[in-house]
Amino acid sequence: MPAYNEEAVVGDVVREVLDKLPGVHVLVVNDGSADRTVERAREAGAAVLDLPFNLGVGGAMRAGFKYAKDAGHRYVVQVDSDGQHDPAGVPALLETLRDHDVAIGARFAGEGSYEARGPRRWAMAVLATVVSRIAGTRLTDTTSGFRGAGPRAVDIFARHYPAEYLGDTVESLVLAARAGCRIAQVPVSMRVRAGGVPSHAPVKAAVYLGRACIALVIALWRPPLALSPEPTPTA
Amino acid sequence: MSTVTYVFGIVSALLVLFLVLDLLRKRRVRERHALAWIVAGVVALVVAVFPGVLTAAAELLHVDVPTNLGFFVTLVVLFLVSVQHSAELTVLEEKSRTLAEHVALQDERLRRLEGRDGAPPRHHDDARPGSGDAR
Repeated sequence: MPAYNEEAVVGDVVREVLDKLPGVHVLVVNDGSADRTVERAREAGAAVLDLPFNLGVGGAMRAGFKYAKDAGHRYVVQVDSDGQHDPAGVPALLETLRDHDVAIGARFAGEGSYEARGPRRWAMAVLATVVSRIAGTRLTDTTSGFRGAGPRAVDIFARHYPAEYLGDTVESLVLAARAGCRIAQVPVSMRVRAGGVPSHAPVKAAVYLGRACIALVIALWRPPLALSPEPTPTA
Repeated sequence: MSTVTYVFGIVSALLVLFLVLDLLRKRRVRERHALAWIVAGVVALVVAVFPGVLTAAAELLHVDVPTNLGFFVTLVVLFLVSVQHSAELTVLEEKSRTLAEHVALQDERLRRLEGRDGAPPRHHDDARPGSGDAR
């Protein structure tokens, strides 16, 4: 659970996850927050990785995957710390991870309140189309931060989770797909974001699309990574 | 070319060389970073002392105006140095990212181990090295 200045909600989110999903181990990666995110998360019963400075979501995720690997956890599910992901969707992700390496929690069409419009919407559509082709499966929500990783993906993400712009969403998928991971999409419902309305300004959307395309091209250009042979999913 | 510009060129080249060598001497710049600047400074000095070198080189390459060759070479040097800096910056960023991860992982581990003992290690009487961690 990557967290950046989420003191207001992180405690409740952690409590909800522990409440709804007994037996899980919750790790909050504090991405250099200036507030009391760390204390709130610890009070709620989560283990906390406290990064000394901000690394971005990708940086926080790699640290989290390293932690999971060191601790011997085989399945990792990433949940946003702002409460927009309903932990009730986690079992569905884990179910998919039985025969896949990466499971993406995609928003139901129409359900949830997150609605991108205009240029940003087709920016996301373009990304979804291209990444779908690379992954060899239909993905509609490539920028979702609600996703699960099985042993092979955990291993690769612990070493190579990209920290670049959009690396945490698009490039990580491309990287996993090209390494031979099997990716699948799972429909989940999402809730209203507590704060931070995504921008719809056309210039910003254009910049977003441009940077996303560059990130995609670079991701495709890089030599593909090899999956390490030892950990194979046995489920 | 007047004597003034001639002397001005030589003094400038010497200043560049002096600055770089001084930084190198004070260990403010590592030798592998200073190398490009030293080479550039020496070339500038040679050209300043013997302007004929530049003219001859320009003729050899069929460059009509010798100073243009000078500008071109300068640009190439500056470009290469800044590309090298970008590459090294990336390496450094990756290193500090890895260090940050390690610090966070160690912190968490330390906290966990201290918490398990119930007291900070300072007050721990039988703290033999390597005894507590049974992982």
